[in-house]
Amino acid sequence: MPAAVIADVHLAYGRAVALRGLSLTVSQGRVTALLGPNGAGKSSAVALLAGLRRPRSGHVEVLGGKPGRYAARQALHVMLQEEGLPTGARGPEIVRHMARLRGAVPSADEAIARLGIDAFGRTSIRRLSGGERRRVSLACALVGSPRMVILDEPTSGLDPRGRSLVWEIIRELRDQGTTVLLATHLLDEAEALCDDVAILSRGRCLAQEPLESLVSSGQEQVTFDAPLRLDLSGLPHALPEGCVVNEAAPGRYVVRGPVDPRVLATLTSWCAEHGVMPRNLRAGHGSLEAAYSRLIAQDEGVE
Amino acid sequence: MSSTYLVVSQARLDLRIVLRNGEQLLLTLLIPLALLIALTLSDFVSLDVPTGVSRVDAALAAVLTVAVLSGAFTSLALSIGFDRRSGALLLLATTPLSRTGILVARSLSTLIVVLLQAAVLVAAAALLGWRPSVAAFGTLGVVVLGSFSLGALGFALGGAVRAEASLALANGIFLVLLFAGGVVVPASALPAWLGAVVQWLPSAALGDALRSLLAAAPGAMGLDLGLLIAWAALGVLITARTFKWD
Repeated sequence: MPAAVIADVHLAYGRAVALRGLSLTVSQGRVTALLGPNGAGKSSAVALLAGLRRPRSGHVEVLGGKPGRYAARQALHVMLQEEGLPTGARGPEIVRHMARLRGAVPSADEAIARLGIDAFGRTSIRRLSGGERRRVSLACALVGSPRMVILDEPTSGLDPRGRSLVWEIIRELRDQGTTVLLATHLLDEAEALCDDVAILSRGRCLAQEPLESLVSSGQEQVTFDAPLRLDLSGLPHALPEGCVVNEAAPGRYVVRGPVDPRVLATLTSWCAEHGVMPRNLRAGHGSLEAAYSRLIAQDEGVE
Repeated sequence: MSSTYLVVSQARLDLRIVLRNGEQLLLTLLIPLALLIALTLSDFVSLDVPTGVSRVDAALAAVLTVAVLSGAFTSLALSIGFDRRSGALLLLATTPLSRTGILVARSLSTLIVVLLQAAVLVAAAALLGWRPSVAAFGTLGVVVLGSFSLGALGFALGGAVRAEASLALANGIFLVLLFAGGVVVPASALPAWLGAVVQWLPSAALGDALRSLLAAAPGAMGLDLGLLIAWAALGVLITARTFKWD
């Protein structure tokens, strides 16, 4: 049984349509990334699952029942993008309060220590930095024993150490069997942490697959970084039949086609002849970034 | 977790946050205190005091009305507006505390703050020569009823319109009612055309009820209490129908 299901949901805020037939499934005990450009509907999907919005049409189910019911509010913990911390409260105070509301007072101290919230424990929320507020907000979502956790942009505003701490915590949650839904626009984050990926655009889900299959569905390719606007004219003839090469992004070159060791050999000797250093040379399947860009570009092309 | 425990926990947090915000609290207390002293010691405002009643009695009735208006209506609407804007109500709505529980908790903490303010004002009035009488015991009941009535309207305003609009309106309505809502100057002492409207407002009903009790002002107290109950019902109805959480 999936941990959460959104089926053909339409949702609008006044005249602004947020979701147009969104369908997605969150599998139990896995980390699912919710990806998509700004305004794709990620936070609306979060609001549906948290029971904060009712769909205009369609069906939503969380942990085997209606979102927002008591059992769901007990077992599903949510970290909202806008955080929603009372500005006059202090960090440890609000974390302890959330623990009390969930009947899990003892878990508060651990979360406070883990996220380093005591360091600014005397300061009211309104005077904290964005990163500090994020830590408090995350601690609030962790206290107690959730069966599922929704994290909406948990690392935005965090410094690199904070970010790796959050990654570590998400991995631990999965290891404990907790279902995690991670809404993010950071593809490296999704690639590092997630088992499943759902890509949203303009209120619909373009693809939902295990990360592996989404990434490997892309063609084999070789990528490398080099100075801008290299003259590549001789290279395609040197490469095996069926290979194409282009500058996919400024200074980033991609060779697509039947990639085999001869391609690498040819490429590197061409570079040697032309005095080009191919930095970050990488051969393999496409990245999540490639799959994401392809899907979003296709979707926007449909318009 | 019993829902009572959750509501009490939430009310305690709400109360702690209010009480910690010292400057704000001082300001909401300072205005009625200054008004109490000014109304008692000078006659720059006609309080319409019946003969045989001292000015401090009428002044206390006026400032208690101000305290309930600012504490139960304005402060509550403002706190709801701020918490909607910051998303704090949404976050609470994802926890085991029910939505009704969130509003009940906020009502409790609001009532406690109003009662604390009323206690300070009564103590200050005693220093200025006010002496409690038997009728004054009804004051507590009227203050609670008035808090309920204006509080329900505070929820209605705080939750019905856009968060930013509710912040602006809460302050604007407070000022209008303070000067022309039958709070300090009774509706009966206003120009007839204005008084005819103002006497139906909850602020005037509360002011008149407190004046009847504390300053032996003539008037049908039953009607005032009925008005407060009717406004409370309207506030609850609007809140139930239109309250927005963000």
